[in-house]
Amino acid sequence: MTRPDAPLQSAQADAPAFGAPWEAEAFALAVLLNERGVFAWAEWTRALADEIHRPTTEGRSYFQHWVAALERLVAEKKLADPVELAARRDAWDRATRATPHGQPILLQNDPLAPGGAAG
Amino acid sequence: MHDHHEDEHEQRAPGEDMALRVKALESLLVEKGYVDPAALDALIETYETRVGPRNGAKVVAKAWTEPDFLDWLRRDATAAIASLGFAGRQGEHMVAIENTAETHNLVVCTLCSCYPWPVLGLPPVWYKSPPYRSRAVRDPRGVLAEFGVELPASVAIRVWDSTAEIRYLVIPMRPAGTEGWPAERLERLVTRDSMIGAGLPLRPEAF
Repeated sequence: MTRPDAPLQSAQADAPAFGAPWEAEAFALAVLLNERGVFAWAEWTRALADEIHRPTTEGRSYFQHWVAALERLVAEKKLADPVELAARRDAWDRATRATPHGQPILLQNDPLAPGGAAG
Repeated sequence: MHDHHEDEHEQRAPGEDMALRVKALESLLVEKGYVDPAALDALIETYETRVGPRNGAKVVAKAWTEPDFLDWLRRDATAAIASLGFAGRQGEHMVAIENTAETHNLVVCTLCSCYPWPVLGLPPVWYKSPPYRSRAVRDPRGVLAEFGVELPASVAIRVWDSTAEIRYLVIPMRPAGTEGWPAERLERLVTRDSMIGAGLPLRPEAF
């Protein structure tokens, strides 16, 4: 679906706006940061278009581009830097693995978290 | 940037990795006070359930039945649409474009996915896809044929490229055989795709 000449998906296939909760969350984060004045909407569409048109990102889904653009703008505006984001992502990863199935995943479940499961 | 730890762990599916990246963004932005979690939930709920193409269908049906409203749409679509309660994000500068017997209008965003949220909701997957974004401009007639829309050769196709500021709503032609129908009945003929220009209204026989 990424080649410009690929056939279009059927107009009848009326998929929901979001394919997964993370897509909805990423969507809402960008809208709220814009409303807070962190970035103008034109700035956002430029960042998103840059991600979409970057040759190395071909094959990624629309919302994967969306998240990459969000990470980049959040870093550019100094809300959170890439190292901080990566560390937090890893913390969520460990917390997810450490949480028994069926229970809510909390960041405190990260065994390496200060005051977390492993102290 | 996001897969440098994969060697330590079992491989995660791309969706799971994306979910973790978004959780990282969300939890940090909430902690730092940039995002209110209640506002986040409310916004998602709005776009999942309350904003959608039925809003646009109301605009179109009113334009079909009330000449004064159509005239207002032509002069100031943003205000005319807002008078029905459809305003806000991504609808700040609306332009209504009318299909006629001579001209069919098709809307695209070649840059990314700009779309009139207040009247149509969030864009469908195909609208955001690279093939649509590039081919709508290059070969609009071919794109329309793939959507099952065959127009006579005499009908010109005009393609409108959305920008970060301007959003377009296509006013399709009112189907023949609907004379005397009230707006509420006409609304049911107006599909989302017909308001992008990628489709035509439903035929009245079906209703």
